[in-house]
Amino acid sequence: MKIRDIKELLNADVLCCEEELDKEVNSACGSDMMSDVLAYVKDQAVLLTGLLNSQVIRTAEMMDMVCIVFVRSKKPTEDMIELAKKLDIVILTTDLRMYNACGRLFSEGLGSSKVNGDV
Amino acid sequence: MSKAINFHYVVDGDDFTSAGEASVDIKRKLRQLGVDPAIIRRVSIAMYEGEVNMVIHAEGGTVDVNVYEDKIEMILSDEGPGIANVELAMKAGFSTAPDYVRSLGFGAGMGLPNMKSYTDDMKIDTKIGVGTTITMVVNLK
Ligand SMILES: Nc1ncnc2c1ncn2[C@@H]1O[C@H](COP(=O)(O)OP(=O)(O)OP(=O)(O)O)[C@@H](O)[C@H]1O
Ligand SMILES: [Mg+2]
Repeated sequence: MKIRDIKELLNADVLCCEEELDKEVNSACGSDMMSDVLAYVKDQAVLLTGLLNSQVIRTAEMMDMVCIVFVRSKKPTEDMIELAKKLDIVILTTDLRMYNACGRLFSEGLGSSKVNGDV
Repeated sequence: MSKAINFHYVVDGDDFTSAGEASVDIKRKLRQLGVDPAIIRRVSIAMYEGEVNMVIHAEGGTVDVNVYEDKIEMILSDEGPGIANVELAMKAGFSTAPDYVRSLGFGAGMGLPNMKSYTDDMKIDTKIGVGTTITMVVNLK
């Protein structure tokens, strides 16, 4: 699926890097704990989160992710958007809660790929 | 062995907002040097965990990244409280982070074990009341 499809499925607003919407993404993960993202996530391209700080953007960059979805209408600050722009990470915001946002993407075929420790 | 390139960073311990800036920068530098993306990811994740630790558990410090022909070495040095029991601190899930740190998305006790698993070698030098120096190596070949 494309980042553009995520935007449509989640009724999301695009806050930066609109030109990257046609990028293909194969998997996603949802977490408010950056510790867990850093430890368990593997090759997911999209991060859904309810946490709002600069470390979300930096964590995504460390993991080579290309898109962050802020759930529950969280609005990132200008500083965070600037940082994401610099790193070419698309920022989406949706009114949906985490469970619903993940559920919609999952049922449309965006999987979680292999996560360390999954059986 | 001759030292190829050194990158030096000062990590501000008073400002959580900026924690991770050095790791973002090193990632960019290593890309410019043409290092393999898989290696860059391992180096930057390990350094990021260490950098965040320095801000959360110590009062900041310094990071030196040395890029050699055959390996990348990271030296993270702080003058924080030190680690009382290194063996315990290395256990997945062990954390002394206060609740406010968890509300920032950290403090699961995963950082040190993660640093170990992403690097080829990791050494912790620590003394209570003096500080902690963590040296990590990722081999390039
Ligand atoms: N630089 C440091 N100075 C002093 N204590 C440290 C330092 N780094 C780690 N520690 C101690 O080791 C413990 C484990 O560190 P680790 O990085 O594994 O987990 P954490 O930082 O608590 O949580 P997480 O990394 O998951 O966000 C910390 O809770 C802290 O007590
Ligand atoms: Mg840590």
